[in-house]
Amino acid sequence: MDLVALLAIQVLYAVASLALISVGLAIIFGMMRVINLAHGEFLMLGGYAAIVATSHGISIWVAMLVVAPIVVGLIGIIVERAIIRFLYGRMIDTMLATWGLSLFLVGLTTAIFGNTTVGISAPLGSIQIGAYRTSAYTLFVIAIAIAVLGAIFAVMRWTRLGLIARGTMQNADMAAALGVNPPRVYAVTFGVGAALSGLAGAVLAPVSGVFPTIGVAYVAKSFITVIGGGAAILSGTVSASALFGTINQIATFVTTPVFGEVALLAAAIVLIRLLPQGITGRFFRRGL
Amino acid sequence: MSMHRRTFLTGTAAAIAAGALSYPALAEDPIGVASIHDLSGGLDIYGKPMVDALTLAIEEANAAGGLLGRQLKLINYDTQSNMQLYTQFAQQAALKDKVAVVHGGITSASREVIRPVLDRFKTLYFYNTQYEGGVCDRNQFDTGVTPAQTVEKLVPYAMKKWGKKVYVVAADYNYGQITSQWVKKYVLENGGEVPSIDFFPLDVTNFGPTISKIQAAKPDFVWSALVGGAHISFYRQWAAAGMRASIPMASTTFAVGNEHIVLSPEECNGMLICYNYFQDLKNPVNEAFVASFHKRFGADYPNITELAMGTYQGFRLWAEAVKKAGSVDRMKVIEALETGISIDAPSGKVTIDPPTHHCVLDVHIAEVSDKKLKVLQDFAQQKPADTAAVCDLIKNPTDNQQYVIKI
Repeated sequence: MDLVALLAIQVLYAVASLALISVGLAIIFGMMRVINLAHGEFLMLGGYAAIVATSHGISIWVAMLVVAPIVVGLIGIIVERAIIRFLYGRMIDTMLATWGLSLFLVGLTTAIFGNTTVGISAPLGSIQIGAYRTSAYTLFVIAIAIAVLGAIFAVMRWTRLGLIARGTMQNADMAAALGVNPPRVYAVTFGVGAALSGLAGAVLAPVSGVFPTIGVAYVAKSFITVIGGGAAILSGTVSASALFGTINQIATFVTTPVFGEVALLAAAIVLIRLLPQGITGRFFRRGL
Repeated sequence: MSMHRRTFLTGTAAAIAAGALSYPALAEDPIGVASIHDLSGGLDIYGKPMVDALTLAIEEANAAGGLLGRQLKLINYDTQSNMQLYTQFAQQAALKDKVAVVHGGITSASREVIRPVLDRFKTLYFYNTQYEGGVCDRNQFDTGVTPAQTVEKLVPYAMKKWGKKVYVVAADYNYGQITSQWVKKYVLENGGEVPSIDFFPLDVTNFGPTISKIQAAKPDFVWSALVGGAHISFYRQWAAAGMRASIPMASTTFAVGNEHIVLSPEECNGMLICYNYFQDLKNPVNEAFVASFHKRFGADYPNITELAMGTYQGFRLWAEAVKKAGSVDRMKVIEALETGISIDAPSGKVTIDPPTHHCVLDVHIAEVSDKKLKVLQDFAQQKPADTAAVCDLIKNPTDNQQYVIKI
């Protein structure tokens, strides 16, 4: 029984971390149709921002929850202003540009921080579940994921900002005719997406450590989750994360991490074959 | 070796081509020594100290007048933790730079990539990493320790201290797969049991489910043969789950990449390891070596690793053999090494074991303690018994394979 509880926490953690690493991409890809291949590097930069801030004496909580999203969000806005805004509607060109950006960021961080894994110890210690122990930080990651998804829902559903963002993404010309400034909306949305990626990278840094090429490990999973989720940003990310995270974690527990990854990818292939529009192409279609 | 018409023709053609292209080396030409190590990417934690040690060894040799009256030149290749670059650089070292010897390869995978290349192009090869044992190849010398020298000592030590049920986690490539079999063999021989051996690709960073699984199996201790930067998160997550206090750990790889300095003491204190070299070994040769190493690379150098010492000793053994042979010619140097060349190294006496091309050397069990490695027990002059059981290059000089343990 204790083991079931422990396993349930692990599954929830896998779902939460998938949702966290994907939600920034879901906003940038889902709302703006920009394929951001530098998404993994945004996560990586978030991790570095948190670690550098912590090593300069800032509390680890502030470093993860405030510094990292702000730093990466600003980088996101700069990237949008300098590169992405010239390429809206040109999907292949955006892919090429963001891929180049990804290589550039990997090279830059390697030059600054070296190619060695750095990390910070996870705060919070451990908790006892019957005869088993697990890291309390696991629960913190789950809580952060719920908070982030809840905040996105609230902003999109109930604020004017969310309404303007959704309207601009649906029909930029009409939004402009109604007095909205689409370029600004795009820049802010891209910045928010980047900031959420930075937050995710920072929150996961104590678990996995950070090195310049860690983005590669994240980017494929994020894309699979976002595409598996389909058009609706929130319900898509949540449902796809829940499906893939559960499959991955249970397969990993029963067999090995290798088969866990295989199971995740196999599930993604089957899903896309059966539901080419992603989960929200058929279910939860009215969701956000 | 049987000679076919085609191999004969290619061989002859290559020899003629080589003869036509080469010109008599001038006495002043420096002797090329190639270093092929990962200086960036996930394996740089191992590669950097190895290259530093080789650099120091060559500078020392040059300061003492070089070898055979010629200076030595280090030709350094960074393979960037990328297997394809190993093939490319090994070919370049053998064919373009025509080096006298190649020191390099970190993972067993990378060794198996360059070994055939250097065999084919007849370039002497030193592999200086502690590894799973069993390589039998006359062109290659192995200066690192193998399981019969380390695992055989550490398994009974840890079982006596902690108990008989051992859970093994290992990196998913030839090193981890073979080493974990050795661990299992010695655990069974000592009357213990191995409930499970789990393998992890080098880029896995989420160990949550595995940690749950280990808890469910309730072992007396965990044995880690994990490798590289990403796997460091296993130790972090293990400590974060509060497991370090309840289930202790032994390892054949920990601290080789200075993990004990990267991690905090709370995350790894008490772990048991077993290697040939520790920086704090008390003997005059080592104290002089550490002093000159710190003079060259700074007193704040984190720690001189097992692999760095393997590389230093590998170079010294080769240099001794060159002196003895009076030549850098590959066959003459191999024959000189096969007389059982011996050096007084910082780790103690190191002697080439002629039939296996491995080394007879001292090993020590140590414990991680507040970012230091505290030596607990010494074992003098251990033979590479694992490789010796299957490999005899004096009797079968043409043998060329890696033997794998069968349980």
